[in-house]
Amino acid sequence: MAQKKFVVGCFDNENVLFPAVKQVRTAGYKIKDVYTPFAVHGLDHALGMRETSLHTAGFIYGITGTTTAVSAISWIFTKDWPLNIGGKPHFALPAWVPIIFELTVLFAAVGMVLTFCYLCQLAPGVKKHHFHKRATDDLFVMVIECTDKTNTEDLKALLSANGAIETDVQVAEEGWWFGTYDKEDNLYNEKQLA
Amino acid sequence: MASIKEQFEIPGTLKTWSYALIGIGAAALLYGMFTKGFGSDEHEQVHFWGTLMYNSIFWTLVTNAAMFFLCFSTMAMAAWMQSFRRIAEAISTLVPIFSGITLLVLLYVVLSHNHHIYHWLDAEAVAKDPILKGKAGFLNPTFFIIWTTLTITLWSYFGYRMRQISLEADIAPMDADTAHKYNVRSMVRSGFFLVWFGLTVASTIPWLWLMSIDAHWYSTMYSWYTFASSFVAGMALIALWLIYMKNKGYMELSTSDHLHDVGKFMFAFSIFWTYLWFSQYMLIWYANIPEETIYFKNRVQGSYKPIFFLNLFINFLCPLLILMKRSAKRNFTLVAFMAVLILFGHWIDFYQMVMGSLMKEHVTLGWLDFGILAFFVGVMILMVARSLASKPLIAKYHPFLKESILHQV
Repeated sequence: MAQKKFVVGCFDNENVLFPAVKQVRTAGYKIKDVYTPFAVHGLDHALGMRETSLHTAGFIYGITGTTTAVSAISWIFTKDWPLNIGGKPHFALPAWVPIIFELTVLFAAVGMVLTFCYLCQLAPGVKKHHFHKRATDDLFVMVIECTDKTNTEDLKALLSANGAIETDVQVAEEGWWFGTYDKEDNLYNEKQLA
Repeated sequence: MASIKEQFEIPGTLKTWSYALIGIGAAALLYGMFTKGFGSDEHEQVHFWGTLMYNSIFWTLVTNAAMFFLCFSTMAMAAWMQSFRRIAEAISTLVPIFSGITLLVLLYVVLSHNHHIYHWLDAEAVAKDPILKGKAGFLNPTFFIIWTTLTITLWSYFGYRMRQISLEADIAPMDADTAHKYNVRSMVRSGFFLVWFGLTVASTIPWLWLMSIDAHWYSTMYSWYTFASSFVAGMALIALWLIYMKNKGYMELSTSDHLHDVGKFMFAFSIFWTYLWFSQYMLIWYANIPEETIYFKNRVQGSYKPIFFLNLFINFLCPLLILMKRSAKRNFTLVAFMAVLILFGHWIDFYQMVMGSLMKEHVTLGWLDFGILAFFVGVMILMVARSLASKPLIAKYHPFLKESILHQV
């Protein structure tokens, strides 16, 4: 996996974070992501992220579920094993609608959960780099990708000038990989608590 | 807020159009009334009064849905609708007018003992009929008139109280304590309306006004079905007025974010309506009991077949496929088109609910239906515009207004 250099800026206030995001973007830096303890409304717009296509995927999964249900039930009840149920026609669409609906929902739900995990690079046994432990607690952590030409000192100064309480440079895997967390990498280890 | 246009001035074209619609509608209404309604042919009488009945009931329930929207939003302490609440209020001012018309029509039908519309008005038939005898405690003229009058009076009164408390938000800025008290009082007032709404629209009123046309038949889904139908049409009407006002340069505080949420209501309640439609249909289809299937006999297999499936197409498939996308709900043109389509679709729904039972042999959709529709639409446009012009467009000191301005979807 490719190692990359990142500049990390930590903010303790979302009112400071938003102007800082704007400043960093106008300065021409590429923000990899901002890790926040909770969902911050409007941050995706501020970061200029494109709209997720998760719902399009959901629609496709749903349609797949509908098709599966309609073709399976109609084949079973008209071709494979026709049964006389209360004198109803073999092709009894109203009676199938609940099952068609349920299968649509099932396909869409399961499919979207798996897609979501894939997009967020989440899976059992997968390891990801933590830029700052307090991102899950009370810090807004902005991670900026560096290129060969990036002057990290300038960038750190820019972040500090825009209200970052802590800045540093980290070299990390940019994606995800299989493995376990290192022992000293545990959250809330003794060293950190002391 | 200096740049906000608070005062609506009714455009001349709107007046012209509404007067034209009222003129055409009134002409059709009066012509129909004297040739059919007061004519000697009983069939024609049923045609006329049935048509007038479903139109007036539809528009009463649709305008009342605007007040229902305001009340449940107030109850849930929703803030996003504050920026266009005056539109919903303006639509709800029509409740006394339209329900007054409904009351007159129903009174005429009941007092003239038109048992071709309400079979249970025929005292001799009821005496010989064990089913109708069993329902006589509910389906009798005295109870019908008292309950209808009470319902209409209280809808109008509780709605009026809600609109009055909204006007208090125009006077002066509120401090935290006043704002809190104001919210509590608004919630109490909306509570009165909601309870009464539940006892009427969500239960008894559709049974009395509409379901009792098929006096022997019943469906436990019927009231919810009627409610869903009128509520989704009511949301469409709010969307339509919001878009109109935006086009005229008013309602600066309402954005595509607000339209998005109104669009979500239109989408969600179209699905809800279908859910009820299907629950009612599927159970009756599956049980296959003649007493129950008779309701669908002429609708699914008879002359009403095209209307029955058109109903499902317009009110389910179109909203499902067209309004599903986020961008569609934020597109003013598309939402306006869908709002008109949904209003028309549920008008057709009410048409088949009433006329499908009264005129079983043939579909009567024609000049009379569209004439009376034109009358109601004309009155609606004119009165909503007047009501919008009569007070500020923004409740500018409402405690929730700021949250509504910041609303983001």
